Amino acid sequence: MTNHEIPAEDLALYALGALAPDDQERIAAHLETCASCRTELMKLRGDAALLALSAPTVAPSARARERLFKEIAKTPAAEKSSVKLGAPWWQVTFPTLTALALIVFAFWLVAQNALIRHELDNARLTAAQQTAAVEQARQVVETLSATNAQRVTLVAAQSKPQPQAQTIYQRDKGRLVLVASNLEPLPPNKAYELWILPANGSAPIPAGTFQPDARGNASLVLPQIPTGVEAKGFAVTIEPQGGSATPTMPIKMLGTTG
Amino acid sequence: MAHAGALTSFAAASDATLVARTHARDQGAFSALYDRYSGIVYSVALRVVREPANAEDILHEIFMQLWRKPEQFEAARGSLGAWLAVITRNRAIDFIRRQKPQDDPEEVYLASPVDLQSEVERNTAMEKVQKVLQEMPEVQRKAVEMAFFEGLTHTDIAAKTGEPLGTIKSRIRSALLSVRKAFE
Repeated sequence: MTNHEIPAEDLALYALGALAPDDQERIAAHLETCASCRTELMKLRGDAALLALSAPTVAPSARARERLFKEIAKTPAAEKSSVKLGAPWWQVTFPTLTALALIVFAFWLVAQNALIRHELDNARLTAAQQTAAVEQARQVVETLSATNAQRVTLVAAQSKPQPQAQTIYQRDKGRLVLVASNLEPLPPNKAYELWILPANGSAPIPAGTFQPDARGNASLVLPQIPTGVEAKGFAVTIEPQGGSATPTMPIKMLGTTG
Repeated sequence: MAHAGALTSFAAASDATLVARTHARDQGAFSALYDRYSGIVYSVALRVVREPANAEDILHEIFMQLWRKPEQFEAARGSLGAWLAVITRNRAIDFIRRQKPQDDPEEVYLASPVDLQSEVERNTAMEKVQKVLQEMPEVQRKAVEMAFFEGLTHTDIAAKTGEPLGTIKSRIRSALLSVRKAFE
């Protein structure tokens, strides 16, 4: 017996349809209100399905297959979606609501598509502008650092060319470019070193070393320096190759802002 | 070849995929389901009705139903193979009782521990259940087979065998539980 008013054996017989009609109805009524018996019934039906597998295996004839697929070929596509009379309301309305929802969704997709296309166009334009800017920057850097570029320093007529250097400095981004000319040749194992002279009077900050070429020209592009340092000027000294932490006197070149 | 590729992929597809494709009127998917389960359906039908022509009629009905209303099957009803086996058996019993179909397939929910999607799994399950029945006491096996494959009620079986009703009931339930236990 189960804990219910129906015996477990009867539930097994019910699963096989092996009870008398009156008993079948009695069990069916009980199942309406008993979840645990419904669960057990599902298991018993699963057992019955396994029992079905004990039937000797026999393949159906090719004729049976042919007959089936001939009839399927004749089946109109609409037959499947026909709704039987007396079907619950949701079976009738659900497909309609689904279709409406799909139409709304389709319109939304079209609108989204237009929006995405617009954003894509903007992104392409921005990318093109950035590409152009990057290319221009690359050309500037290449020109500044090219060893075969002609560098000519213009000075007052009739005067002897003097060593010169120009720094271009962006404090907030820590970017620095130096272009020098007419530099004197260096002793062996020596290098010119650029220094940032902070406006707050703190110690000079090393900003990279550089070597002049045979014509006395040199450049220093985007050395590693801290950002945000307000500079009151720049200085160049001669240091051992590899640079120094503090400048070695004398200062060979000096320039101040303002 | 694209067609051959589609058939190959259908052969390996899950039941759920094939049922969904059948719902979309894909004959290739339906054909794969037929190849997968027509053997079970026909064998069960033949075991009950015994006449190949009648068993083919039942096979035809079951698969036409699957083609027309594949949505009747859903995963909650257990495995497709088990569900088809049960509704085939019920349809075949209705046939030999010369009565209209009693069960609405949409109402047949079952919990099956076996997956019959691959041929190997089907064959393994068949061998296992046949072994369980062979090892069962003959009176018990006969009782459950009379109920399941012949559609007899427990009173019919009791009358045929001369056994008490309670004994028949117990044997049938025990037989089902033995099958269940073999697959746990």
